Amino acid sequence: MKFEHFGTGIIKGLAVTLRHLFRKPITTQYPEQKLTTSRRARGNELVWDITKCTACGTCAKACPQGVIRIVTSAKPVENRYVVEKFEVDTGYCIFCGLCVEACPFQSLLMGYSYERAKYRRHEVVHTNEMLLPSAKRPASGYMYPKLAKALPPQTLLIERDEVKG
Amino acid sequence: MVLNPGLGMEYHWQALPPDWPGNFWWHWLAFSVIILAFVLGLVMGFIWLERRGIGRFQIRLGPNRTGPFGLLQPIADAVKVLLKENIVPAAADKIVHWLAPLVAFVPTLMIFAVVPFQDGALLADLNVGVLYIVAISSISTVGIFMAGWSSSNKYSLLAAMRDVATVVSYEIPVVLSLAGVVLLAGSLSLNQIVMAQDIPFILLQPLAFLLFFIAASAEINRTPFDLLEADSELVAGFHIEYSGMKFALFYLTEYAEALAVSAIIATLFLGGWRGPVLPPWLWFVGKVVAVFSVMFWIRSTLPRVRIDQLMALAWKFLLPLALINLVVTAVQVLAWPEASLWAMVPVNVAIMAALVVTWSRLLKLGGGRVEV
Repeated sequence: MKFEHFGTGIIKGLAVTLRHLFRKPITTQYPEQKLTTSRRARGNELVWDITKCTACGTCAKACPQGVIRIVTSAKPVENRYVVEKFEVDTGYCIFCGLCVEACPFQSLLMGYSYERAKYRRHEVVHTNEMLLPSAKRPASGYMYPKLAKALPPQTLLIERDEVKG
Repeated sequence: MVLNPGLGMEYHWQALPPDWPGNFWWHWLAFSVIILAFVLGLVMGFIWLERRGIGRFQIRLGPNRTGPFGLLQPIADAVKVLLKENIVPAAADKIVHWLAPLVAFVPTLMIFAVVPFQDGALLADLNVGVLYIVAISSISTVGIFMAGWSSSNKYSLLAAMRDVATVVSYEIPVVLSLAGVVLLAGSLSLNQIVMAQDIPFILLQPLAFLLFFIAASAEINRTPFDLLEADSELVAGFHIEYSGMKFALFYLTEYAEALAVSAIIATLFLGGWRGPVLPPWLWFVGKVVAVFSVMFWIRSTLPRVRIDQLMALAWKFLLPLALINLVVTAVQVLAWPEASLWAMVPVNVAIMAALVVTWSRLLKLGGGRVEV
């Protein structure tokens, strides 16, 4: 006759929760405290490098949603195409990254940021200059591991203590 | 052996006269105000403490946005709930639906009439205090059943019927475990019981304490026994169809009941207002908060029991142990030498351990033992 089912499980459970009481809470208090996302994150925006773009339109063809509109014109002097309008409707974008993967000249990159909520529908449509990279709109290392190496490493939950305010 | 209440004991704090600030009506007014303030204030405190405490038990932070440490959270909740629309279902029994929150809340408030905050500081020092508590606390169930019935909602009714089943089953171990304390103290008055606790009764009656704690938690539907509010199966239990102020009253009742049970446990088992140095009311509040902390510690730990487990625990475990405890206590009260009262502590702890360990073998569920 074994003596085992007399509340030992309950006492063990209570001991577990009691130990939790003395642990640091794992909550990240979001607006004040932000964790760095993965270096290869697909943020909800696209970053477009105008200098590398040859207006080939591969990105627009690769897009399963038909989100990218690209208007080009020929520039006979330099014997190349120029982009007149490059428009991404991020409202329909599914952030699959196929356009980035399709781009032969590393001209289109996934963005890094995730706070892109807007109040008006037209604000989620990004055109020309709005797509250019800047300090506020860094490109993520999606598809390009060399770019990823330059970015700050992701904050893991175990290292979150270093993230302050 | 009956412990003589109040004999040969010097208190640092004087006993209050029975009609303390003046005459009968001043006494009535003063303690009504004190009880209302005590209940509402401590319920607010409990809501905050429970939400923050459970957060910490689950390695979260809990609400911390409203005021320092989230202290204003219960007030924000209250304001929110008061501004909500009062919705009554078309098919509801309107009068009963309106009356149910009151019938549930008022008896809970009435329990505090006999709980002493200090020597003699209570609304009515009834000489049948414990009986009064047992009687009055059951009336809340009528309110809950009225709520479940009048909502004309199958989930409400199911939850209310579960609550009635729980209370009917668990009332018996509650009363029997209280009887042990009453035997030991030789009085039903809560003030006299506190006076009799030169040794807190949790030490002299550990088994009664355990049984009362489990049974009372079940009766007020605290989490391991929260079948009637089982969110995952009954939506929200008996108060699905309630909103606004009426819902707030049920919420208040729930916490007022937890406060009442904490206060009764503190009074009957932990020595009530007695304690060194600090003023008696502070000891009392401290003990109440301590008991409640254990309650939400258990809530943060244990999952909900099934209805058959609930009934089996009451009838196969709590009831026989409460009966045995009553007999053992009766024999001890008659035969134990009064001089060696402290020797009773290890004996009773040993009896409790032996009974719990052996009786657990008999607690079978669903027709056979399920080894997990």
